[in-house]
Amino acid sequence: MRVSLFITCLVDQMFPEVGDAMVATLRRLGVEVSFNDAQTCCGQVAFNSGYRPEARSMARHFIRVFESDPADFIVSPSGSCTAMARNFYRELFNDPDAGEWRDRFSRVRPRLREFSEFIVNDLGVEDVGASFPHRVTYHDACHLLRELGISDQPRRLIRSVRNVDLIEMEAPDTCCGFGGTFSVKYSEISNAILQEKLARIANSGVEYVIANDSSCLMQISGGLSRAGSSVKTMHLAELLAKQ
Amino acid sequence: MTLPDPDLIQRSHAALENDILQGALKRATDTFIERRREAITSVADWEALRERARRVKEHTINHLDYYLEQLVAKVEERGGKVYWARTGDDVSRYIIDLARARGVKSVVKSKSMATEEIELNHALEAAGINPVETDLGEYIIQLAHEKPSHIIVPAIHKTREQIADLFAEKLRQGRPNEVAEITAMARRRLRNEFLSAEMGITGANFAIAETGSIVLVENEGNIRLSTQVPKLHVAVVGIEKVIPQFRDLSVFLRLLPRSGTGQKQTAYVSFLNGPRQAVPESGFEFHLVLMDNGRTRILADEQMRESLYCIRCGACLNVCPVYQKIGGQAYGWIYPGPIGAVISPQLQSLKQSGDLPFASSLCGACRDACPVAINLPDMLLALRAKARESDPGRKPGERTAMRAFGFAARHPRLFALGGKLMRAFARMLVKDGRIKHAPLHPLSDWTDYRDLPAPRGKSFRERWKKNEGE
Repeated sequence: MRVSLFITCLVDQMFPEVGDAMVATLRRLGVEVSFNDAQTCCGQVAFNSGYRPEARSMARHFIRVFESDPADFIVSPSGSCTAMARNFYRELFNDPDAGEWRDRFSRVRPRLREFSEFIVNDLGVEDVGASFPHRVTYHDACHLLRELGISDQPRRLIRSVRNVDLIEMEAPDTCCGFGGTFSVKYSEISNAILQEKLARIANSGVEYVIANDSSCLMQISGGLSRAGSSVKTMHLAELLAKQ
Repeated sequence: MTLPDPDLIQRSHAALENDILQGALKRATDTFIERRREAITSVADWEALRERARRVKEHTINHLDYYLEQLVAKVEERGGKVYWARTGDDVSRYIIDLARARGVKSVVKSKSMATEEIELNHALEAAGINPVETDLGEYIIQLAHEKPSHIIVPAIHKTREQIADLFAEKLRQGRPNEVAEITAMARRRLRNEFLSAEMGITGANFAIAETGSIVLVENEGNIRLSTQVPKLHVAVVGIEKVIPQFRDLSVFLRLLPRSGTGQKQTAYVSFLNGPRQAVPESGFEFHLVLMDNGRTRILADEQMRESLYCIRCGACLNVCPVYQKIGGQAYGWIYPGPIGAVISPQLQSLKQSGDLPFASSLCGACRDACPVAINLPDMLLALRAKARESDPGRKPGERTAMRAFGFAARHPRLFALGGKLMRAFARMLVKDGRIKHAPLHPLSDWTDYRDLPAPRGKSFRERWKKNEGE
């Protein structure tokens, strides 16, 4: 089984340890891992901000990079970026004259996977041999949950970690308030939404908040850090890499 | 990066600073979410019901001309009069002319978003006609000279204490202490209004093409009185409200109350089939005003057409994390929440309310709650693109940044270098292992409320190159 990593810009630039953890976990499961360093950004920021021509040019670059990649799967540590390519590229190439790009994308799309989805659905593994003796809670990232319909896989993976205590917070499926550029354009509203999330995290009494999107985790950890909380955030890949 | 609409930001700020409003919003939206969750469990296959409703709406909206003509023919056959209004002003003019011709001085109104949309009350008052809102929430809003802050619960932002104070001040009959006293006081006042009004104005939840019926759903009974006591009933109905057949109601009457108030059934459902006695000598009249007011513009846009499927239940407002925090009035017009952010820029203009679609985290909870499964996040994204395409001069800084980012994204080495420089810049801001204060937009908007982690020494691509020795 060969996997090509689709490392998001945020992980590449801000949270490289998430990429390292993905590599370690996948290799432990016997997967051959490669990284194509011609990859850049999937175009989500431009797309969500209304700049479709710019998003289209980034999508074309993404397709060029991965269409010739011989890997069986293209796996990403983000529900949001996976959803961008899998669900929203269609809207960028729905012009009648974009037929060529639709065809080229059809060679990439079926191989796109989000990290937890790949391990549970494609590898058929729930216990990756990790151990983490702490109380954790799981935050459902919105795009992972509602664009990709993934909520069960990460929980199965967490429950199979040895010595971990998964405590569900109240309404784990409500937004953390990040929302891409929304978090800076409407920072006060974004923060108000975040505070609701932080209160629910605090009520759950955990030591770690786990999620599959570094963007949500940056928002949550930014709020926890500002509030002086001792609760920490951790990407699912990092949890699964713990031994 | 230039900042978005200061008004929306200022209005949101005011809402977030208002502790009473925050408490009222939290209680109300939590309650509605919980009631809805409970109510939908009584439907065997909720998803299948939503799918059916969506198909009916899709079919109807795609053949709107046919069903509207059928509706009009049926209403006229039953002795009703129909007026096609292109604009809100046309609606107001028609109703004022009618009121003058019949010597109407006082009007009772039931809750209607269509008439809120066109500010009918202002027009009536300017013409010397006195409109009285008879829905309790709308009555409160009218007394307070405010605008509704929720599609189905117009006074959701007000607490019982505030309403008691308002009644004491405006009605001058003492301060009601209990909810029952508040409703009793409103009821006494409104009974007299019903008895003296010469015209009743309502909206409609549904208009059935097959039978020419107007269907109204309510809990207070004020719609019954508004349509049955005065001799003259005018229904102002957006053209998207038509459904083909009576039996389609079996779908929508199960969806609407569950999604809206979390009820299996509202206290009253009224079916109105033309004037009460279809003989001219009786003096009873029914007028159906079919209102366009921008709806045909939405209809013409295939990408946005499904925003006309909305049945105005308000479920998307209750589950929206943004609405839960800023409430309805911050949206600046009468349609708040996700559906408001979708239809306001279309019914008004992108210039006027084109910032609303950006004030969303795109979490998608609205789409899951929508009883007709409108793809609200997709509509918001489409409107964001339209806003940027229709006004290329807007936000020059952001546009330049996006272009530069797009260019770098096609040139991996430049992209990597840009990232490296940004991290080097950000590292200079680190104090105590994190960034607490950044000097420039948009980073400073982030650090106004949240910390940023200290950037690591190397990016993933640099680590990979080093570790894997490529």
